[in-house]
Amino acid sequence: MDQIRELYQEVIIDHGRHPRNFGSLEHPTHHAQGFNPLCGDQLYLDLFLEGDIITDVAFRGEGCAISMASASLMTETLKGKTIAQAEQIFHDFHQVVTEGKVNHAAELAKLGKLSVLTGVCDYPARVKCATLAWHTMHNALSNQTEVASTDDEAS
Amino acid sequence: MHRLDIEKIRADFPILQRKVYGKPLVYFDNGASSQKPRCVIDAMVSHWEMHNANVHRGLYALSEEATASFEKAREVVQKHINAKELNEIVFVRGATEAINLVAATFGRTVVGEGDEVIITTLEHHANIVPWQQLCEQKNAKLKVIPLLPNGEINLEEYRKAFNAKTKLAAFAHVSNTLGTINPVEEMVSIAHSHNVPVLIDGAQAVPHQQVDVQQIDCDFYVFTGHKVYGPTGIGVLYGKRKLLDAMPPYQTGGDMIRQVTFEKTEFQAAPHRFEAGTPFIEGALGLAAALQYIQQLGLDAIAEYEQELLKYATESLSAIPGLTIIGNAPHKAAIISFVMENVHPHDIGTILDREGIAIRAGHHCTMPLMKALGVPATARASMAFYNTKEEIDRLVAGLEVVRGLFK
Repeated sequence: MDQIRELYQEVIIDHGRHPRNFGSLEHPTHHAQGFNPLCGDQLYLDLFLEGDIITDVAFRGEGCAISMASASLMTETLKGKTIAQAEQIFHDFHQVVTEGKVNHAAELAKLGKLSVLTGVCDYPARVKCATLAWHTMHNALSNQTEVASTDDEAS
Repeated sequence: MHRLDIEKIRADFPILQRKVYGKPLVYFDNGASSQKPRCVIDAMVSHWEMHNANVHRGLYALSEEATASFEKAREVVQKHINAKELNEIVFVRGATEAINLVAATFGRTVVGEGDEVIITTLEHHANIVPWQQLCEQKNAKLKVIPLLPNGEINLEEYRKAFNAKTKLAAFAHVSNTLGTINPVEEMVSIAHSHNVPVLIDGAQAVPHQQVDVQQIDCDFYVFTGHKVYGPTGIGVLYGKRKLLDAMPPYQTGGDMIRQVTFEKTEFQAAPHRFEAGTPFIEGALGLAAALQYIQQLGLDAIAEYEQELLKYATESLSAIPGLTIIGNAPHKAAIISFVMENVHPHDIGTILDREGIAIRAGHHCTMPLMKALGVPATARASMAFYNTKEEIDRLVAGLEVVRGLFK
């Protein structure tokens, strides 16, 4: 029970049940769709960029608590970030959930709220749930038209 | 009828002694793959240790022994499903390959442009995609029979679906997602009254009940070894002799030929015509050992015990607030799909796993069925005769943990 609590922290349950920025933007500058073929999780992500800066984000879709919470937390994190910053956070987050590299308090601090998802690294089958939203963001920012998939994810 | 000695049976399955995350394993994913009794493991190891050689070729003792036991395994399968002739049993890699074989040979021969193939809404992808591909190639139509709200096939719609263009009907004996046991004899008889041949996907039926292909009178029946307590990579295609004999080969190569010249090849008769290359010999031996094992326990005793488990599990799970069982057909195998309010099935799966309980969560390779049911996924507990009521109690306790986390 205690161990499972580390994965399903209150924040995750809360964001999973009441995802923030849920819906769509009226005039997104960037858009992408994500799909996890293993479990059927679907995600639609809208971004609004002013110059290099992400000023608004919205997502919709359905999936498990981990994928919904991850997408919700991502949208909160992205607002106000530049493209380069967003991709850097994706990189750091990805490393943490796939390799469990959270040895330094500084690294954890860098992730901010996202650090509640670090427990996912102990659940290889669930890594894809946590990274789907980020892969989708990456595709949206790089204007890739194909559906983002977690197929290549190390798990 | 005798009752099963579950304690004794559990001792036959080495894996049931292991722990997962420090807790005794509760294995409720038998619909995906079942566990193997010691006799299956021994049959395969003993082949490797004592009789390993290729079949149908050698002129020496080992090969003769291997050939004899491989063909004996075919006989065990024949008797198990009561096929009329030994030559009606083709060894394949699994139910998927068996269906692909029939679609690519028989299907390609009988289905033409404008024709129709009938399947149902509850089919596994393995019994959808090969027919869909065939229909695409032939410009034919795939007709899908809807379900009743309780998960039964709508027999009225099924009856009405047949017409002069219908060339084939394919459906599951037992639904892997809902557990529904279809009235296959009646469905075959309806199809035959329109002179339409039938393929039955028996992957979920053979592990849990006596199957008699002559009584069902289907034209093809397929199942896989690993869901019936045998190894993965081996499966069975049963086909009526006159149909198999008229079918072109599926794959070609060694062992399936009578004579080869660079100009022309003469093929063997069934079943060897459909078994190109070296077969999975030890797989067939393992499968035969598994079938003999369940025969020894008694298929009727197995079915009766599993129905007891189903009843107990249905009652126990129904009592959990916010839990809904998907699929309530009056005739069901011991498979329970369910959803819980505010909890995604994948979260249920992960949390139960940490309690040592293995269930399946997802679309169960039945995405069109999920769409028809209006759910993205379900959690599924599929039981076998080595499961116990105590294990169902642990599942219920695990689901209480889930509720606790998501309350």
